[in-house]
Amino acid sequence: MDLERLYREQCGRVVATVIRLVGDFDLAEEAVQDAFAAALEQWPVQGEPANPRAWLVGVARHKAIDRIRRRTNFEAKRAELEALAVLDEPSDPPDSAIEDDQLRLIFTCCHPALAVEAQVALTLHTLCGLSTEEIAHAFMVPVATMAQRLVRAKKKIRDAGIPYRVPADEVLAGRLEAVLRTVYLVFNEGYAASAGDTLVRRELCAEAIRLGWLLCELKPLPEARALLALMLLHDSRRGARVGPDGEVVTLEEQNRRQWDRAQIGEGLALVEAALREGGAGFYALQAAIAALHARAEAAEHTDWRQIAVLYDILRRRYPSPVTELNHAAAVAMAEGPARGLGLLDALEVSGDLRSYHLLPAVRADLLRRLGRRHEAAAAYRQALEFVTSAPERRFLERRLAEVEASRG
Amino acid sequence: MQYVLLIYENDAEFAKLSEAQKGAIYREYGEYTQNLVKNGHMRAGAGLKPVDTATTVRVRGGKTLTTDGPFAETKEQLSGFYLVEAKDVDEAIALAARIPSVRHGSVEVRPTITAPSS
Repeated sequence: MDLERLYREQCGRVVATVIRLVGDFDLAEEAVQDAFAAALEQWPVQGEPANPRAWLVGVARHKAIDRIRRRTNFEAKRAELEALAVLDEPSDPPDSAIEDDQLRLIFTCCHPALAVEAQVALTLHTLCGLSTEEIAHAFMVPVATMAQRLVRAKKKIRDAGIPYRVPADEVLAGRLEAVLRTVYLVFNEGYAASAGDTLVRRELCAEAIRLGWLLCELKPLPEARALLALMLLHDSRRGARVGPDGEVVTLEEQNRRQWDRAQIGEGLALVEAALREGGAGFYALQAAIAALHARAEAAEHTDWRQIAVLYDILRRRYPSPVTELNHAAAVAMAEGPARGLGLLDALEVSGDLRSYHLLPAVRADLLRRLGRRHEAAAAYRQALEFVTSAPERRFLERRLAEVEASRG
Repeated sequence: MQYVLLIYENDAEFAKLSEAQKGAIYREYGEYTQNLVKNGHMRAGAGLKPVDTATTVRVRGGKTLTTDGPFAETKEQLSGFYLVEAKDVDEAIALAARIPSVRHGSVEVRPTITAPSS
C-alpha cells in the first residue's frame, strides 16, 4: 500500500472533513498529520483498513480531542470539548458530504480576504497535500518564507473570522472567480517553467488539473469547465515542449505526435460545452484558442485567422498588455509579419510592457521572418536583458546566434 | 464577532459636492444605519468632521506633543466608522459593501480583540 500516494489523493478530503468536525484549521491539519503518522505505524502491522478514509477521519478526530486536552487553558478546553462531544457524526460520511467539505475547503483557501499568494500556498498545502518544502521550491522562495506565509494565512482565517462554508448564492459567482484565478495561477507556475525543471513543476500542473476536475464535479459552471479545458489543452503538449537536450521547443517546431490526444479530446469536449453554455468568457476564449492549436495536425494547418479573431475579442472584453501582444503575434501569423510589427509599435509606445522580455522577443521573431537580421539581433539582445527563466534565455541566445551567423 | 468598519474617502472631493448632493448622501447613511439597527448589527458608529478638524496627540519622554491635523497625510482620510456585530467576515464584508462611501472610497473591515474569558 503506497501511503504516500494515498496521502496525496486523500489528504485534502480527510482534512476537509476534519475541519468541519473540529472547526479549526490548524487543529484539523495537525490531527490529520497525526492520523497519517499512526497509519504509517499501524497499517504495515495490522493490515490496511477496509475504508482507509473513514479510519483516517476517525483517528484524526480522536487526535484532535487529545490535542485539545493537552492545552493548558481550561476554559477554552472545556468549550471545545463540549463542542466536539455534541458531534455524534459518523466518521464515514457519504460522498456528497465529502464533496461539500472539499468545496468548503476550496472556497476558504481562496477567500479574497487572503492575499493571492497566501491563497495559492494554502490551496496547495491543505487541499493538495504538498509539503511546505515542495511549495517553496515550486515558487522559488525560501522554505522559511513559505512556512511563514502559511502560518499567517491560517492566523488570518482564525483572527478575521473567515468562515468555513460555501459562499451564499448571491456572491458565489464572484468567489468562484477567485478560486479559478488561484487554480490558474498554480497551473501557470507549473507550465511556465518548461525545459530542465524539476518534477515539482509538472506536479503543479497536475494538481491544478486535479482541482479543475474537482471544481467541475462540484460546481460545473461554464467558466470552471473552460478553465479545465484550457489547462488540459496546454498540458497535453507537455511531451513535446522539451527537446532531447532539455531545450525549449516552440509550438511551431513541436512534434505533434507527442501531444496527448486523449487529453486533447477531453479538453475539446469541455471547451465546446463551456462556449455553448457560458459564451465568450475569459477562460472560454483562451480555451477556444488552445483548441484551435490542438486541432491543427501540423503547424502550417493552424487557423491563425480565427485565432487572431479570438484574441481580438479577448483583448476587447478583457484588455491586458499581454493579450495585446498575443493578438499582435496572431495577426502576424495570419496576415504577415509586417502587419504584426505595426501592432507591436503601438504596444511599444504605450509602455505597458516595458521590461517584459516577450515584447522584444516577438518583435525579434517577426523581424527574423522578414529577413531583417540586423534588427532582429538587436531585438533579441533587448529580450535577453529582461528574460528571467534559464531555458528561455538559452532559447533566445540560440536564436540570436542563428540570426548573427546567417548575416553575410 | 465584532468588527469595526473604518470608512475612508477623500475629504477634498466630498467638500466639492453641492449641498443637494451632500444631503442625498446623508440620507443614504441614515437609511443604512437604520437597517443596521433593525437587523441587529449596530453597536456604535459616527460620522467624523473633516480631517482639518483633527488634532494629533503623542507623548514622548513625558512630553505631550500636540499637532494640527491627522496622524499622517493620506490620500484618503478617515471619515466615519461603525462597530458592528456579524457572524463572520463574509457578513461584515457584505455590510461594508453597502456603506454609501464605499462606491468612491474604501472601507477597512477589522475584527476587534475579544476579552479573554475569566
